Amino acid sequence: MIDFWLDLAAGILLVSGAALSVAAGVGLLRFPDPLVRLHAGTKPQIFGLALVIMAIALATREWSVMLTLAPVMVFQMLTQPIAAHMVGRASYRTGNYDPKLLIVDELAQDADRTESADDDED
Amino acid sequence: MSDILVPFAIAAAVLLAISAVLAVIRMVRGPSVLDRIMASDVVVTVLLLTMGVEMVIDANLRTLPVMLALAATASISTIAVARYASRRSAAQSSPSSPPEPPKEDA
Repeated sequence: MIDFWLDLAAGILLVSGAALSVAAGVGLLRFPDPLVRLHAGTKPQIFGLALVIMAIALATREWSVMLTLAPVMVFQMLTQPIAAHMVGRASYRTGNYDPKLLIVDELAQDADRTESADDDED
Repeated sequence: MSDILVPFAIAAAVLLAISAVLAVIRMVRGPSVLDRIMASDVVVTVLLLTMGVEMVIDANLRTLPVMLALAATASISTIAVARYASRRSAAQSSPSSPPEPPKEDA
């Protein structure tokens, strides 16, 4: 009986993770500029993967599997925010965004102040 | 796999296929290189999720090391392309900096 409910929970978690990635695909297609698309595209990278990893853990029900699943999540949480930050930074610097969509542009004030300073690219 | 998982597995596979197709469409149409690399990042994520769904369906653990390696190294390409795009625009649009000899970009 407990097996039935654990498998049911695993199935629901699998479909939830897949639905998140569909949301990312639709957002990539329909959102207007790279900064907004970044918001949609990064959702399944952490939360969708977390849901699928929980589904694997519930379906296999072994502690040894958790020892390999946990580093997958840790590596993803370490590296994906860096990649998303680099894409957002590059799209701001190259002007690949719509200024009318921004409510507050706090970076522009600092950029104006340091405009004459050297751009050290780090 | 138990029988209760069959409809969930089919639904998850269909949804993942749809999202991969949507990301590839954005990769083809994307106006800037940043849109394309973002879409390719989403395709890699869909690949990771597909490996997980396949492990649950087939009740094996063979692709677990592949998931580990992919999760650790997938973002390196994104970081490299983002830095390339950022640096190229800085070289084009900064008249205040001293002129550099033109470099050969591969």
